[in-house]
Amino acid sequence: MANALFNYILRLADSTIILAQRDAEWTGHGPYLEEDLALTNIALDLFGRGKALLEYAAKLEAKGRTEDDLAFFRSERQYFNAIITELPKGDYAFTMLRHAIVDTFDLLLYSALMSSTDETLKGIASKTCKEIQYHQRHSFAWIKRFGLGTEESARRVSDALEQLWPFTDDLFDQAPAEVDLINAGIIPDRSSLKPAWQNHILNLFNEVHLKPNTEAFMQSGSIKGIHTEHLGHLLAEMQALPRMYPNATW
Amino acid sequence: MISEDDVWKCLEQIPDPEIPVLNIVELGVIRKVQITNNHVTITLTPTYSGCPAMKHMEQEIQRSLKMFKGIHLKLETVYFPPWTTSWISVEARNKLQAYGIAPPEEETERKAALWGVESKIQCPRCKQQQSKLISQFGSTACKALYQCQSCMEPFDYFKCL
Repeated sequence: MANALFNYILRLADSTIILAQRDAEWTGHGPYLEEDLALTNIALDLFGRGKALLEYAAKLEAKGRTEDDLAFFRSERQYFNAIITELPKGDYAFTMLRHAIVDTFDLLLYSALMSSTDETLKGIASKTCKEIQYHQRHSFAWIKRFGLGTEESARRVSDALEQLWPFTDDLFDQAPAEVDLINAGIIPDRSSLKPAWQNHILNLFNEVHLKPNTEAFMQSGSIKGIHTEHLGHLLAEMQALPRMYPNATW
Repeated sequence: MISEDDVWKCLEQIPDPEIPVLNIVELGVIRKVQITNNHVTITLTPTYSGCPAMKHMEQEIQRSLKMFKGIHLKLETVYFPPWTTSWISVEARNKLQAYGIAPPEEETERKAALWGVESKIQCPRCKQQQSKLISQFGSTACKALYQCQSCMEPFDYFKCL
């Protein structure tokens, strides 16, 4: 079960740092200064969460690897982030819609993890939940602005939904080994989060006249480390420095 | 022989790198000081998960405690219970206000309501309660940006967490 927990923590951490990396790509490119700062701040919260999770994973593994080794010296197939987090940042409507979808999922997941029987996981979840609330408020406000704004903004957010929706099921996939963790009360059953997630997200969509294509083919694979072609490019950039100069320090 | 009191006094001399009017004890990030023989363990709780100032604070703690010879210092980070703005002392709140940063609101139920109406934050300069949220994310992870609608001055608000 220790191995299952290690893999599960990696899964949480990977989704977190990959999304953080995509958010960080907006640094210096935000639509205006306040948004530039907002995305940078959100990315920072996520990197912080990712670091805490990877530290815990490294401790569980007990093979002398550090959080940095786990972040910088694993390749695509060893990454278990939800596919939705690795998609290129797109325009601001795409970035914000992805956030609204993931924030809502994260809020439910980490709220459930606050009652985990694992003390470390519980601690990290309690910390992160407070932050996700701010992220969600921010992303939801943007979806309303886009959806109820101009014809152009509504078109952009609607296009973003068409691209993102097929990757939403992947968030709820569960690895067979996770069953033991669920039974031990360490993690929640992901399928139990789905009705609440749908409720929140569809309410938001209704409000701004967005309709997901429920007949779309749903992509999955992240629990097996199967990704889109985009993850490799992201990792190449993120890992370039430590791979070129191992043990480099500031 | 070093006492807990000595350590606390020493820590009180370390300013928060982002908000230098506060020291790290007032900020509430130091949770515990334990001393067994010459082993000193200090437990910290980060304000925000990704707070870049944490590393700096740790280095400052290590540097400050060098004045005590022959001790073995250990720093531990704990995430539970999570840091909350209600750990900021009353005195520190007044200092924030005087420094031009609106202190966090007292703990309210509103926090749970994601869609709650934005409360009016008091302007730290003219004290009017007619402010407008400019951005939920400000110059550091812990602050939001507001503008006073009375004196028109923009100001930082220490986010309630």
